[in-house]
Amino acid sequence: MLRLEKRPTPSRFWLYATPPAAVILTMVAGGILFAAMGKNPFEVIRTIFWDPVFGEFAFYLRGQLLVKAGPLILIAIGLALGFRAGIWNIGAEGQYIMGAIFGASVGLAVFPTESRWIFPVMVVAGAFGGWVWAMIPAILKTRFNTNEILVSLMLVYVAQTILAKASTGFLKNPEGMGFPGSRNFSSYPAAKNAFLYEPLGLHWGGVAALVTAVLAYILLTRHQAGFQIRLAGQAPRAARFHGVNPARLVVLCMGISGALAGLAGLFEVTGPAGQISIDFNTGYGFTAIIVAFLGRLNPLGIVLAGFLMALTYVGGEMAATQLGLPAAAIQVFQGMLLFFLLAVDVLTNYRFRLAVGAH
Amino acid sequence: MKRRNLLATAAMGVLLASGGALAQGMDKVKACFVYVGPIGDGGWTFQHHDGAMQVKAAYGDKVEIQYQESVPEGADAERVLTQMALGGCNIIFTTSFGYMDATNAVAAKFPDVKFEHATGFKREHPNVSTYNARFYEGRAIQGHIAGKMTKSNKIGYIASFPIPEVIMGINSYYLHAKKVNPDVQLSVVWAFTWFDPAKEADSAKALIDQGVDVIAAHTDSTAPLAEAAKVEGVIGFGQASDMAAYKDGPRVTSIIDNWGPYYVKRVGALLDGTYEQIDAWEGIAGGEVLIGEITDKVPADVKAEAEAMRDAIAAGTYHPFTGPINKQDGSPWLAEGETASDGDLLGMNFYVEGIVGDIPK
Repeated sequence: MLRLEKRPTPSRFWLYATPPAAVILTMVAGGILFAAMGKNPFEVIRTIFWDPVFGEFAFYLRGQLLVKAGPLILIAIGLALGFRAGIWNIGAEGQYIMGAIFGASVGLAVFPTESRWIFPVMVVAGAFGGWVWAMIPAILKTRFNTNEILVSLMLVYVAQTILAKASTGFLKNPEGMGFPGSRNFSSYPAAKNAFLYEPLGLHWGGVAALVTAVLAYILLTRHQAGFQIRLAGQAPRAARFHGVNPARLVVLCMGISGALAGLAGLFEVTGPAGQISIDFNTGYGFTAIIVAFLGRLNPLGIVLAGFLMALTYVGGEMAATQLGLPAAAIQVFQGMLLFFLLAVDVLTNYRFRLAVGAH
Repeated sequence: MKRRNLLATAAMGVLLASGGALAQGMDKVKACFVYVGPIGDGGWTFQHHDGAMQVKAAYGDKVEIQYQESVPEGADAERVLTQMALGGCNIIFTTSFGYMDATNAVAAKFPDVKFEHATGFKREHPNVSTYNARFYEGRAIQGHIAGKMTKSNKIGYIASFPIPEVIMGINSYYLHAKKVNPDVQLSVVWAFTWFDPAKEADSAKALIDQGVDVIAAHTDSTAPLAEAAKVEGVIGFGQASDMAAYKDGPRVTSIIDNWGPYYVKRVGALLDGTYEQIDAWEGIAGGEVLIGEITDKVPADVKAEAEAMRDAIAAGTYHPFTGPINKQDGSPWLAEGETASDGDLLGMNFYVEGIVGDIPK
């Protein structure tokens, strides 16, 4: 009989082997699923993982990968900092929405003024919006010891209600014939997050994501605050003896993750999405949680994980249209990725032992 | 001033001259469809897919159908549309209001591909057409039945988004209920979704808790009917699709969106080279809005009246918005005998007199 046994120290091999193993298992299990649906599994897997990068339409889809991965990476890095310290911000989706609303409000308030300062101010406002929204669970936790998981998650629904209010009310396009939704930033040059290099899908959000990844890596490996974050997560008692102030750490980690989620929202609303609308948020804040874990809470790992996740979205859409796969099958496929990641992850801390005889 | 012009343009209806002259027909057309929900919603998307299948049935090998379900409105829609255009689609039907900007943005990049946007008003490029159905005509018939059938004098409406298409449905429903039952009160619940069975069921439950016994829905799933079926004496309507499975239960009639004839016509026009940019808005008369069978739960006289109204609308002798009608604030909208212009309807952002509550702002 097989028995799980806790390893004395986490396995370094499995720490790095888990994500690729999860991807391979997802391909195998997904392939069986697609085959059971009467599709050629190799063709489907190729459409999802190969075609977006090297296929016929790669010239367009390659750029879409960064468009999709950018917000995921930006949000996931912020979340990972908190997760490492044992601070669970589950409400990035709400902070993403609030960042978009704050930033868009600034831009729309001065419409149609043209000034090179408008966009930078909107960026700051976006980060601020996300930060404010994350400060609510942070302060409630430090003052009243509430659970930041619940509070941050519930605030997502509050943010969605404010979003609905914004698109049907205070940010509604006055020339939109009564239809909900703000003005489209694509026709407002001063506030538009245009592509810097379209073939790569690079806009300011992508730049911010990549720069943030490098900064976060330096913070975690070289900086005192990074050390405190890691220490607080691994050995909370030792952290306290070491002089780490838990309340300050909560405010710091929630603040950073909120501000980054807000930034992601701002870059999205002024770029790919183009406008505030009732269903502006499409789940980046939640998907980023998967990305953070898939990337092993390591900023550079998250960059890779973000691109992998983007690949399953973009390639999944290709498979849906070209091969007639139902949308639900693609969602199951994406879900498998997290499932196998968590399943294989057990091997990092545990190992299988053949149990012989009785104890 | 600018707003008025926009409205006038939108109202021009029927035919807008196309910019580029079209060459001859095509041997084979690849027709592609973008759906906002799953085909299995049993309502809105189900009907669009049914229309797509009618195209296939009509032209067989001369047409290839491609579609994608559950495409979020926004940035993702733009990518899906681009993929379709790159993938060789000749005509792309985008079947939800929220695809409006994405449709126009992608249409600019692919001038040789035809785009058809359902329920929108933006035709920024010569290759973008819009189409819609006069659902408010069906709402008039539902309102009539609701006014006659309610015992609590409380009727409900599950609304999706506060856009003119939805608001005109609410107004039409209320006006016709009120006409036959002056005591009737309307409760509107805003679900802020097109498809979310759990939310739709919650909305129906909230209405039933208020004592509402006739529920109309402007969302895409069968969840409101499933909820109504749980309570004795509550009736509802099939929305977008016939929802015939609930015939023995709460469903007394339905509005059926019949997109097939339009899709067949448009793909046919592309095949034979007569395709032009249009802004289509057909109703009961054009066969785009069908009234599903009225069940025996409805008394024979009410059924006869409802069918007479349907036939009068089809014949063009009755318009559901015929004055005198005042706005909610009491200010006059339509004078005695005056009928609403299409421009007024397409920009409708007010309730008519008697409806309690505000449109979300």
